[in-house]
Amino acid sequence: MEILYASCVGLLVACGVFLILRSRTFPVVLGLTMLSYAVNLFLFASGRLTLNKAAVLGYSAEYADPLPQALVLTAIVIGFAMTAFVVILAIRGRADLGNDHVNGQVPSNNNKGKA
Amino acid sequence: MIQHLTSLPVLLPMLAGVILLMPPCGKNKHIRRFSSVALSFITLLASALLLLQVNDTGSTTYAIGDWQAPFGIVLFADPLSTLLVTLTSLLGLVCALYACAGDDQKGSFYHPLLHFLILGVNGAFLTGDAFNLFVFFEVLLIASYSLLMHGGDKHNTRAALQYVIMNLVGSAIFLIALGILYGVLGTLNMADMANKITHLQGDDVFLAKIGGLLLLVVFALKGALLPLHLWLPNTYATAMPVVAALFAIMTKVGVYSMMRVYTLIFGDEAGELSHMAQSWLWWLALATIAMGAIGVLASHDLRKLVANLVIVSVGTLVALVAVQTEEASAAAIFYLVHSTLVTAALFLLADLIGTQRGKVADRITIGRPVTQPILLGGAFIIAAITVIGMPPLSGFIGKVWLLRATFESEHGAIFWVLYLLASLALLVGISKAGSTVFWHHQNKVQDTSEPVKAHKYQISALLIVLLGSPLMVIFAGNMADYAIEAAKQLHNFSGNISVVLGEGK
Repeated sequence: MEILYASCVGLLVACGVFLILRSRTFPVVLGLTMLSYAVNLFLFASGRLTLNKAAVLGYSAEYADPLPQALVLTAIVIGFAMTAFVVILAIRGRADLGNDHVNGQVPSNNNKGKA
Repeated sequence: MIQHLTSLPVLLPMLAGVILLMPPCGKNKHIRRFSSVALSFITLLASALLLLQVNDTGSTTYAIGDWQAPFGIVLFADPLSTLLVTLTSLLGLVCALYACAGDDQKGSFYHPLLHFLILGVNGAFLTGDAFNLFVFFEVLLIASYSLLMHGGDKHNTRAALQYVIMNLVGSAIFLIALGILYGVLGTLNMADMANKITHLQGDDVFLAKIGGLLLLVVFALKGALLPLHLWLPNTYATAMPVVAALFAIMTKVGVYSMMRVYTLIFGDEAGELSHMAQSWLWWLALATIAMGAIGVLASHDLRKLVANLVIVSVGTLVALVAVQTEEASAAAIFYLVHSTLVTAALFLLADLIGTQRGKVADRITIGRPVTQPILLGGAFIIAAITVIGMPPLSGFIGKVWLLRATFESEHGAIFWVLYLLASLALLVGISKAGSTVFWHHQNKVQDTSEPVKAHKYQISALLIVLLGSPLMVIFAGNMADYAIEAAKQLHNFSGNISVVLGEGK
């Protein structure tokens, strides 16, 4: 289970980093979202992966660590708000600058061929 | 009431932000301005009271909701954090006052956002919990994103987009670092983390090291340390100057977090992990100073020049943090207060000069004379002397102190050479800017736009931050004693832990 979980997180981070390095805002926003999913999964695992343990004290002999769940909840809420903000900002940038390049202008590639 | 004093610098700006959004403050601009200034004054008052209390009775903690550490979140008020909270509240008051001259009407919600930013910064200074630090970082960041867009144009949107994306990546790294550290240590209370890190064994040490160095990346990003400083000049130069003046404290949040984390958690007692960030920080800080000094020489407008001065000050501070002796920390604390005040003053000044020079704005080029040369010129020369570090103002004391503090460190000589050269570069860059702006005029005035005079609110706000420097010289003895005491407590490992975790009561 650990291997599967770790590879999922790793894959998400890899996709996220790849997308963040793109030059258009939409892939960058998608990349940020993927990165925040990866982070949430990672935080969740920091309390160790266990089976059949209640998160509430007194409901089973052993209990799962409740703190990472609280952390993940906070991280999800904050990540959601931040993603919403960056989406709006990207749309505003598209409107203000006339293109969706992160630098505000599309580099001209007359002589250089495809960048 | 008195035992809740520690929480007031965090609660009051939050209440203020909410009050300012509701009627009648939301509707009427005069009521909004008055209540904003009044509320920031109350926050300043509460912070100053807390400062006095901590000075009298020593560091205190405040368990939020009475959940005791290490299970609940605690606020931790020691001399360093309360000093910075007071500084932030003062800066908030100054920026609220300055914006009342009309800057707050260039967009919506300036005043509420300002208070939310103060909430985030004060919270980040006071919190004793690593995850809570993350939350307050996000609070101050979301407020700063919106403030950055306040009254902005195209360039502003671009700078804001890059700033937001950078910081979102930073937040993701912060969370990963916290996840690793929690996985290894099983706690997020900073004092408890410091306690448990001494007992780590085997592979856990390396995991903790990864977590700690990831945290370093985050703090370097917030503090604008060399490879991660590229966002700063653009962001600060495109934001409204009054907002940039407020942001003067934000890089210091990163530096403060470094101080806290790498002295308390990864400090002397951390065994194999102690001072693990030191060698990184030292060289990066030196490179940052060099980069900032070059930036100062290359700047085309005053705001960019001041933004590069911020980078120099961050480099200096981080170099002192890297030395990690008590004396270096004391010098850092003194320098931190000084540099925050003077960069805020310079940003406000750049705004006044820019509006009074019409179309040339704050570009360092020949243009029409400013309307109030004596006031602005005088203010500029005081701020310039302070920021370069010439006698007799506070920059000089800070400089002498930090040179003395780094004298005996390993590569102190390199720091001396580099720092003094950087000071020279600053001197050249700022004198060039000042003489061009104030003395080189067009003979024929082509720009016929109406001359503007500084508003009385703007002048008084400017004077408050500018007076900080002479006051820091007049009360240098008290200030230095306080900084030394704050540094002593910062380095007092067992003392901090027993205050937070309540051991030995």
